[in-house]
Amino acid sequence: MYNPNPQRMLKKMFTVLCGVLLLTAGAPVDNGYEVGDTVADFKLKNVDGKMVALSDYKDVKGVIVIFDCNTCPYSKGYNDRIKALHDKYAGQGFPVIAIQPNDPTISPGDSFEEMKKQAEKKGYKFPYLFDETQQVAKAFGATNTPHVFLLKKEGNAFKVAYIGAIDDSAKDASAVTKRYVEDAIEALKKGVAPATTKTKAIGCTIKWRNA
Amino acid sequence: MMKYLSLFLIAFSAAAQPAKIVKLPELKALLNAPSDKIQVINFWATWCAPCVKELPLFEKLGQEYPNVKVTLVSMDLDLDPNPDKVYRFIARKKIQSDVLILDEKDPNSYIDQIDKRWSGALPATIIINPKTGQRKFIGRELHEGELEKLIAEIQ
Repeated sequence: MYNPNPQRMLKKMFTVLCGVLLLTAGAPVDNGYEVGDTVADFKLKNVDGKMVALSDYKDVKGVIVIFDCNTCPYSKGYNDRIKALHDKYAGQGFPVIAIQPNDPTISPGDSFEEMKKQAEKKGYKFPYLFDETQQVAKAFGATNTPHVFLLKKEGNAFKVAYIGAIDDSAKDASAVTKRYVEDAIEALKKGVAPATTKTKAIGCTIKWRNA
Repeated sequence: MMKYLSLFLIAFSAAAQPAKIVKLPELKALLNAPSDKIQVINFWATWCAPCVKELPLFEKLGQEYPNVKVTLVSMDLDLDPNPDKVYRFIARKKIQSDVLILDEKDPNSYIDQIDKRWSGALPATIIINPKTGQRKFIGRELHEGELEKLIAEIQ
């Protein structure tokens, strides 16, 4: 094949090669949503066997999407705080949707059966969805558990308003000084932009399926 | 008596230095220290299964490559204020690499100071060539043979 621009051709081949390398690394290919991005609809199986879609949430002001799991000690440490977030804010138009993205072949304690047990034992009043293909976690760019994406509803669209941790003290709920998610919701309720829109925390990496 | 006891303790803990609890400035000094050796710094915790799984790769690297310095930075104190679990783990697994235990509050501010590419998820590894300033960041579990390749790329 004659190619008038071999340099460009090489560049293209290199790009493809990099893509293949990234894929084989088993990590997400792109970096996911940023604050302000519109979230694509998703539909996943809940622990009660029913499918739940983001677009099912019609009469809300927003949604607190939390990538979470059964096994991570950080998830365990935040369990009561996640339930408290839903109890406090579902009635104010910001319910929790928890999504479990770990591959159960790597983390058997995060299988769908174990998720059902966890939701029942802990009395979850919010959906606990299984992201079996990990496509939703990849689309969001979730990295840790628990990892929060606070979404704000604008018309029919959900836009990312905050990404990160629930608060600034994983080990001790009584030592929290910054309630990132609550502060962001309070700002949205007032119609202003949250002061802090992105935070980082130590946590468990999402257990990506081996490529 | 005390003399024998301390001799015994020294012999018992022979190879590795005891794990040292450090604050952020000390860790940052390590990240920026001039050295002829390639620095491999692994962030881990005793509760983190993929971290524990990859630790032997770092141990092996440190023993087999004289031009590489391995430091294991435990993040356990972020979740549990008592470091005993880390000390017991080091003794049980007979860890030979240097271990630091980071004691800091407010991960949101210190994670970026360690490496902007780090999400905070464990495990994470930084490979530094202090002579060229090149720095690789790996935010996932490493597998057999990968560390050697990464080091060859940075040398």
